[in-house]
Amino acid sequence: MLIETHDLTKVYHLGETEVHALAGVSVDIAAGEFVAVMGPSGSGKSTFMNVIGCLDVPTSGAYRFNGEDVAGLSTDELAGIRNRSIGFVFQQFNLLPRTSAVDNVELPLLYSGVPAHERRERALQKLEQVGLYSRSGHHPAQLSGGQQQRVAIARALVNEPKLILADEPTGALDSATSLEVMALLQELNRGGITIVVVTHEQDIANFASRLLAFRDGRVIADTRNAPADAAAALAARRTAGADAIAVAALAARPPADPAWSGPAVRG
Amino acid sequence: MNFLATLRVALSALRVNKLRSALTMLGIIIGVGAVITMVAVGAGAQARVEDQIKSLGSNLIIVLSGNFTLGGARQGSGTQPTITEDDAYALQREVQGVQVAAPSLRGSGQVVFGNSNWATQIQGTTPEFLEARQWEVASGKAFDQSQVDSAAKVVLLGQTVAKSLFGEADPVGETVRIRRVPHQVVGLLERKGQSMIGQDQDDLVLIPITTARKRVLGGQQVKSRNVQSITVRVRDGADMPATEQEMRDLMRQRHKLSANQEDDFFLRNLSEVLAAQEASSKVLAYLLAAIASVSLVVGGIGIMNIMLVSVTERTREIGLRMAVGARGRDILTQFLVEAVTLALIGGLIGIVIGGAASIAVGYFAGWRTEVSMASVVLAVGFSGAIGVFFGFYPARTASRLAPIDALRHE
Repeated sequence: MLIETHDLTKVYHLGETEVHALAGVSVDIAAGEFVAVMGPSGSGKSTFMNVIGCLDVPTSGAYRFNGEDVAGLSTDELAGIRNRSIGFVFQQFNLLPRTSAVDNVELPLLYSGVPAHERRERALQKLEQVGLYSRSGHHPAQLSGGQQQRVAIARALVNEPKLILADEPTGALDSATSLEVMALLQELNRGGITIVVVTHEQDIANFASRLLAFRDGRVIADTRNAPADAAAALAARRTAGADAIAVAALAARPPADPAWSGPAVRG
Repeated sequence: MNFLATLRVALSALRVNKLRSALTMLGIIIGVGAVITMVAVGAGAQARVEDQIKSLGSNLIIVLSGNFTLGGARQGSGTQPTITEDDAYALQREVQGVQVAAPSLRGSGQVVFGNSNWATQIQGTTPEFLEARQWEVASGKAFDQSQVDSAAKVVLLGQTVAKSLFGEADPVGETVRIRRVPHQVVGLLERKGQSMIGQDQDDLVLIPITTARKRVLGGQQVKSRNVQSITVRVRDGADMPATEQEMRDLMRQRHKLSANQEDDFFLRNLSEVLAAQEASSKVLAYLLAAIASVSLVVGGIGIMNIMLVSVTERTREIGLRMAVGARGRDILTQFLVEAVTLALIGGLIGIVIGGAASIAVGYFAGWRTEVSMASVVLAVGFSGAIGVFFGFYPARTASRLAPIDALRHE
């Protein structure tokens, strides 16, 4: 198991009131899975992602990442795990402004002590992988939203992580570019990288092979899903034109199996 | 994260906000510039005092005749002729630290050339006097020992005397009458200027001591070997107080004074007066530097202010850097390097401006200014320290942000 959580809780104090953002979450995610985490806002899905991304620490419960108990680690050690093993993709891209695409992609390598020439080489290679090699010198402001998100994905990939965490990666994108980004994530998943996407859009969640539904800090459903093929949907959309999107998306999507209920839900 | 990479990150962050970085640096630029200029002005003033000391002779000791007691009233120094030419020769010969010792006989009288005349001080001495006072001859040449031995009627004119008698014409080779005795002018002394108490040092004529004794000043002095003063130059690097003590011992021995008798001569040391002057000019220099450094501190506070704004503004950037693996100390270093870079670049520009301002002050105000290497080194060090000191708090604030809060910051 890449991710093993047991009875995670997270309590925030907002003045007098206690907010239970996580109220006992036990989920295992195996290496190579493509998981969509769904739920309304305030359901605890973002907190869950922050905890498994080692950005935040749980109030109680156990979390093992790649077999290592994360609870006992110092902030510097957590930074090391984020640096080497986890790539982040955010809704607002979070690229450094007025900084070239390739410099943005290099950023994680800066903190793992990779020499300058190797940093550049690896960053350019990842930009090529996301199809933006020719834009490596452009600043974020000179790139479209989809291109910016692909730069962000290249940055997430540059340190060859085991896990990519994407928080609403298509939230700021139109539907066509959303498909492009999801196709890219699916391709990376086929290459062996575990992907966890937080989203509140069912369309986006359908590209995942497993759906985790959150409500009130708990996992209320854990289902297997036969994923739609984003690349195929994109191709269909391009040939059929804008009117056929819905049809294409439906055609590319095998029916979900409601009988299958996730054994991974233990909480 | 290695240092070079940190430096590049810091520089690019400063480049992104060019105007703001420039304005922030302005405080340090003005501060360092002011310190450099003020120290240069102060050092210039000090150097001028030191030059004055040099022109008077900082390592001069004057030996004067002692006093005598007349009906219970002790008379002033020099009232009793107790020191002799031979004392001078003995001092030069026997005291290790003495470079030269020149005996002087003084009087005053009229010097006449053609139909103009001038009352001045007539000083009979030996060629060593010029060496003791570090006095050069502007034209012609000084009289030599053989002219002293033969009591030659030769004279060296001071600038004031030469101007009064000859105007701008060259007096060398002319004959003047000193107290009616004709003397050939062999040389013109260089200008020495006013002494520190306002005396015109150029208003005198120098003649061989033998000539003065036998032919010019005359009177009772003809037979004796007495002189009024001995001008002693102490060797460079010699211990002044020790030399003075040796001289005193030798003089007492020569004058056959027993242990319970007072000295029958005086030793005057000019350096004490001048040391006080030098100290006061040093105080001035420190004062100027202290005032100037206030603006450096103000500049430092400007840096701190901007760094705090910058940390708040770039909280999301900090969050992102932490998310991709920056540790607290990476963030700390980044902001610290940024602050120090601001301060150091400001400091370097300040040095250039301060140096230019010093030259301008020297040129337009006519003051002497000296930009010292020490003040430059101090200014660079100080501005670096200001960067660290005032940059540390904002940098630490940044490094202690929780990554998740920083990422969510709007």
